Amino acid sequence: MSSDSIAWPAAQPLSRPLTDRVHEWVTTVDHKRLGIMYIVYALCLLVIGGIEATIMRIQLIRPHNDFVSPQVFNRMFTMHGTTMIFFVAMPLVFGFANYLIPLMIGARDMAFPRLNAFSFWLMAFGGLLLYFSLLGANGLYGAGNAPDVGWWAYAPLTALPFSPGHSTDYWTLSLLVSGFGSMGTAINIIATVICMRCPGMTLAKMPLFAWLNLVMGVLVLEVISPLTAAQLMLLIDRYLGGHFFDTQAGGSAVIWMHFFWVFGHPEVYVLVIPAFACVSEIVPVFSRKAIFGYPIMVAATVCIGFISMSVWAHHMFTVGMSPQGNGFFVLSTMAIAVPTGIKIFNWLATMWGGKIEFKTPMLFCIAFLFQFLIAGLTGVIQASAPVDWQLAYSYFVVAHFHYVIVGGILFALFGAFHYWYPKITGRMLSETLGQLHFWLFFIGFHLTFDFMHIPGLLGMPRRIYTYEPGRGWEIWNLLVTIGVFFQAAGVLVFVGNLVWSYFGGKYAGRDPWDAWTLEWSTSSPPPAYNFAAIPTVRSRRPLWDLKHPDDPDWKYE
Amino acid sequence: MNVIPLTLPQPGFKWELPSRGRVGMLSLIAAESAIFTIFVVAYLFYIGKSLTGPMPKEVLRVPVLYTICLLSSSLTIHLATRALRQGSNKVFATSWFVTLALGATFLFGTAREWHHLIYDEGLTISTNLFGTTYYSLVGLHAFHVTVGLLGLFIVLAFTLLGKLRQEHAERVDVLSLYWHFVDAVWVVVFTVVYVIGR
Repeated sequence: MSSDSIAWPAAQPLSRPLTDRVHEWVTTVDHKRLGIMYIVYALCLLVIGGIEATIMRIQLIRPHNDFVSPQVFNRMFTMHGTTMIFFVAMPLVFGFANYLIPLMIGARDMAFPRLNAFSFWLMAFGGLLLYFSLLGANGLYGAGNAPDVGWWAYAPLTALPFSPGHSTDYWTLSLLVSGFGSMGTAINIIATVICMRCPGMTLAKMPLFAWLNLVMGVLVLEVISPLTAAQLMLLIDRYLGGHFFDTQAGGSAVIWMHFFWVFGHPEVYVLVIPAFACVSEIVPVFSRKAIFGYPIMVAATVCIGFISMSVWAHHMFTVGMSPQGNGFFVLSTMAIAVPTGIKIFNWLATMWGGKIEFKTPMLFCIAFLFQFLIAGLTGVIQASAPVDWQLAYSYFVVAHFHYVIVGGILFALFGAFHYWYPKITGRMLSETLGQLHFWLFFIGFHLTFDFMHIPGLLGMPRRIYTYEPGRGWEIWNLLVTIGVFFQAAGVLVFVGNLVWSYFGGKYAGRDPWDAWTLEWSTSSPPPAYNFAAIPTVRSRRPLWDLKHPDDPDWKYE
Repeated sequence: MNVIPLTLPQPGFKWELPSRGRVGMLSLIAAESAIFTIFVVAYLFYIGKSLTGPMPKEVLRVPVLYTICLLSSSLTIHLATRALRQGSNKVFATSWFVTLALGATFLFGTAREWHHLIYDEGLTISTNLFGTTYYSLVGLHAFHVTVGLLGLFIVLAFTLLGKLRQEHAERVDVLSLYWHFVDAVWVVVFTVVYVIGR
């Protein structure tokens, strides 16, 4: 084959000294290596954030437990929330986008490779700053430790008199720095999708993965930036004596809530749209059918992107807004269920009548479908302001958003791991360990988060470090904590599987799933240049066209 | 076999995509607009909420001359990029230098205004809500002007060294987009601070 004439030095790395190889990774601008670094970084922090969650759950396993002090408990939920959102979910999403988008659109790299590396290191540095607070936040005052203001960091708790020392500063700076990293990555994703597509790949022939990540990129630009602005204001308050959130000088604590949730709510969609992207690639391949309703999927995603920016104040019903304000945010929040429902029906319709293969990636995606549906339904329940007045700040809310983030996003991403691991490493993940991982995590997830709704309905507030016996909360908290150990076991099996399969897995070959998008047309792992010759495509499933020249897709699209 | 060449037969077609520099810069501008929006909202929200003086009406003077300078720099940079595309380097260098000078004049104006406010009126960022919102919004804009001026200066340095040629027109165009954005933001900041807020 002519494509073999370009030599790829694949056998070389083993013989070179470790320092050389590390140097190569640190200075790389290759989108694939940066993608892997994002993912590995996120997995490390996933374990740390998971340990923090476990500490909280052990503390809550029975009433009047004294496993950790109230102060440590506050730090744990702050660090758990901040870590999981900004340094696990975001880098995972960016990692997959980075790795896969150029391969899927037939490009040799992202639009701005150096900006890509810069963005990664900014995000990595942001995480480092957050955890450096454990050492550095003491400062000269002997006050403070890890941040303990909660992941929303409501004013005026973050003001200097209430948060002395430097713990809050580390929190702010870490989000500011990683926010600039996210901005860089988002710019890169948008420019890549718009400007780097291979010949023939019009917007209507892009894989849904690229489309959905494009929407995610735009959302990141429009919602991470407000958070960055709010962090700048907080820094001005804390360091320059400003009064943005200083109620003593006429400032407003509520405006921080607005600024935070203008970011905070669309952030869920920043994370879930890439999860949709993974599901939209995996479900068709394992149903052996093309995706159902491609244009509607794109339209629904764009719609979600728009609506998501006008729902933020449903986090603030209890603050006391005007009836008009409440009404608007109730309706807009309920409206977002419509495009989301369209997507769920489209995935179901893709599976309908297909030859479904219940491999691990597909198992995770099916679980995603049903769990995300339930998460959406509890969301619609709380979208109603009077119900929210009852349920806000209770464990019901905690259960709801963990259903979205774990049951929805994390399950989809686990599916993505099992689906693309062969492409990234060249080896298959063990199917047995994959199934074990799935069932352990599935059981653990449902034990924890199904039963977490109930103490919420019974009135258990979130963020309390302990509770009184005799309120009917004990059994539910016990079950919730037991579920955590199943989830932890699942994650251990997963990590074990990742490591074991890297050395001992079956060789995957180019296209182990008989899939249809461009990344499967190149070797596993792909060479540094991705494609020896830039491909030309005629339909949404170029590999289908190649495999079935007698019945190509482009005749029907 | 490492890579399969995937070229599906297709009737001849032209394949052109937008320039990535332009798309990247427009994305950056979108993000920056969101940051400015939050600061503008904060400014509007806090108008008249200061508990102590000085109040905007007492101390703010409308910087008409400096505003004209900044806004006309949009015109000169447009002339400059057009000249570069057409290959007339002399016109480019002159209008580029004028743009830089106009931008620098504007920044000098902001500096003078701040000097007046701090030393004559005793208004600092920690004096009251007006000070906090005013210095952060105008300062954020001045910071963007400064970054823009650095970009303009780098291009000017290359021009003077004779390294800038017609083929760089597209990159210079991208930089000019940023400068136009900085100017457009000033229209908003001016309206909010000196018209509505005063």
